[in-house]
Amino acid sequence: MSAVDTTPERSPELEQVHAALVSGERPARPGAVAQCLTFGWRGMLKIKHVPEQLIDVTITPVLFLLMFTYLFGGAVAGSTGDYLQFLLPGMLVQSVLFVSVYSGVALNTDKTKGVVDRFRSLPIWRPAPLVGAVIGDSVRYVVASVIVVVLGFIMGFDADGGAPGVLAAIGLVTLFAFGLSWAFTTIGLLMRAPSAVMNTGFMLLFPLVFLSNIFVAPDTLPGWLEAFVDVNPISHLTTSARGLMGGDAEADSIVISLLTAAALTAVFAPLTVRLYRKA
Amino acid sequence: MSTAPAIEAEGLAKSFGETRAVDGVDLHVAQGAVYGVLGPNGAGKTTTIRMLATLLAPDGGRASVLGHDIVAEADTVRSLVSLTGQLASVDEELTGRENLVLMARLLGHSRAGAKARATELLEAFGLIEAAAKQVKHYSGGMRRRLDIAASIVATPRLMFLDEPTTGLDPRSRNQVWDIVRALVGQGTTVLLCTQYLEEADQLADRIAVIDHGRVIAEGTPAQLKASVGRGALHVRLLEPGDRPRSADLLGDDVQLLPDPAALSLPCASADQASEAIAALVTAGVRVAGFSLGQPSLDEVFLALTGHPAEAGAEQEEVAA
Repeated sequence: MSAVDTTPERSPELEQVHAALVSGERPARPGAVAQCLTFGWRGMLKIKHVPEQLIDVTITPVLFLLMFTYLFGGAVAGSTGDYLQFLLPGMLVQSVLFVSVYSGVALNTDKTKGVVDRFRSLPIWRPAPLVGAVIGDSVRYVVASVIVVVLGFIMGFDADGGAPGVLAAIGLVTLFAFGLSWAFTTIGLLMRAPSAVMNTGFMLLFPLVFLSNIFVAPDTLPGWLEAFVDVNPISHLTTSARGLMGGDAEADSIVISLLTAAALTAVFAPLTVRLYRKA
Repeated sequence: MSTAPAIEAEGLAKSFGETRAVDGVDLHVAQGAVYGVLGPNGAGKTTTIRMLATLLAPDGGRASVLGHDIVAEADTVRSLVSLTGQLASVDEELTGRENLVLMARLLGHSRAGAKARATELLEAFGLIEAAAKQVKHYSGGMRRRLDIAASIVATPRLMFLDEPTTGLDPRSRNQVWDIVRALVGQGTTVLLCTQYLEEADQLADRIAVIDHGRVIAEGTPAQLKASVGRGALHVRLLEPGDRPRSADLLGDDVQLLPDPAALSLPCASADQASEAIAALVTAGVRVAGFSLGQPSLDEVFLALTGHPAEAGAEQEEVAA
């Protein structure tokens, strides 16, 4: 181009900028799947660069597992070994659901830092950043699951359901977390700061986790509380995980868990996409 | 290349609740130059840019970018433009290189092609040594350069730059200005939003002055200055402490400039200017230098809006 020659006094650095601009032809636009995978890769990089985020949320269930098993296990279930059998699947649930809050935190960080603006100004399939984030999330769910389950085995957990049962439990909990993470991404786009998303997320999640059958059998609770615990979807998910890992799964709690995940996705995924378009 | 104007906007409007952030903006921007949009904070510059870059749907009016409607053909518009927003919108947790590879992959580069393009840009923007560092450890200037590099992974036909030098030190600012000039030299049209009059004066071929969501003046920097009608005498004092006294001596029209030792006075003629200098010297004020020239854009802004650009910015911040 003739424009390059008009300013001969240009510095070497600027010459490079010019060269970089000249060679900036636009390649053919990639498909939606390739775009989603690229955003998934971004999710992996974040795990690599900010492992603390994963550790933070995994350390709590690990501490709970150790503390509850050895401190209260004998009192609650008669022996620490028996309590571990009861508690471990619930710790898997708690651990993975805590991780799902970070989907909202990450999206809010993107929004407040202007990264969402950059992605939205690109000629890409619009939900690609959201779908791609799910890929990164799934890796975090699996890592959190593995940490809890391996610790359980070290402590002496006995999975009568065998490897298929354990894998099925991890799969079901991960699916549920996908559903729930859409609720947190919706919150992530509504809130002003990442810390607010974190606080709101845990404020919603904590009561649901504690008022479930994760820690104690519901029949020891007062009637009104038992009634709540029985309808809490997290109880159904925990019952399913226990059943799958223990080799005596009941179909109805699994179906209820899957339906809950589907309902959460049906409501919050479109809401997230809608808010993202306007973010 | 099509000959459609880079931007053609008619009556573009956007409200947020009760606030009419953009209240009927008309713009005509030809291809291949820097077009400055000048105004204080809250004047509606960013909202206008966000609409033109298809991030925000307008409530009223219409606009096209390089001949494509920003609403009906939003996707085509996105493949022609780049946006560098007020925030350096790069992922702080990733490294500089990873940010650029991410953009290159999203635009369709192969894995190897993306790496090569990232390296080329990192070298061109003086970031190659920091390539493997997370962006959160970058300085403001480095972050801004990476941000611009991310915007030109594929060279855009039109680039929106929203206050690209806000918060930068003078050296980084000059680097950004050089990059903007390089962009234009390469045939990219740049829409530059700024609240710095000097920046618009330095870079822009034409300027639209925006205040309260409307274009209140449009033209080349020289035309805008001429529209004020008078030249100005700029005086620099040896002692900043002499400025209040000098201002009193020179009368009501005197304007204090950001430089604490400088002031300016509207002057119709060279005679009037030499009288003013003589008055200062007679009073014992030591003058370091003076010049008689066209009015600065600061003065233009004051004349057009009735309030100085800086004061407008402050009011806006208080209101927010």
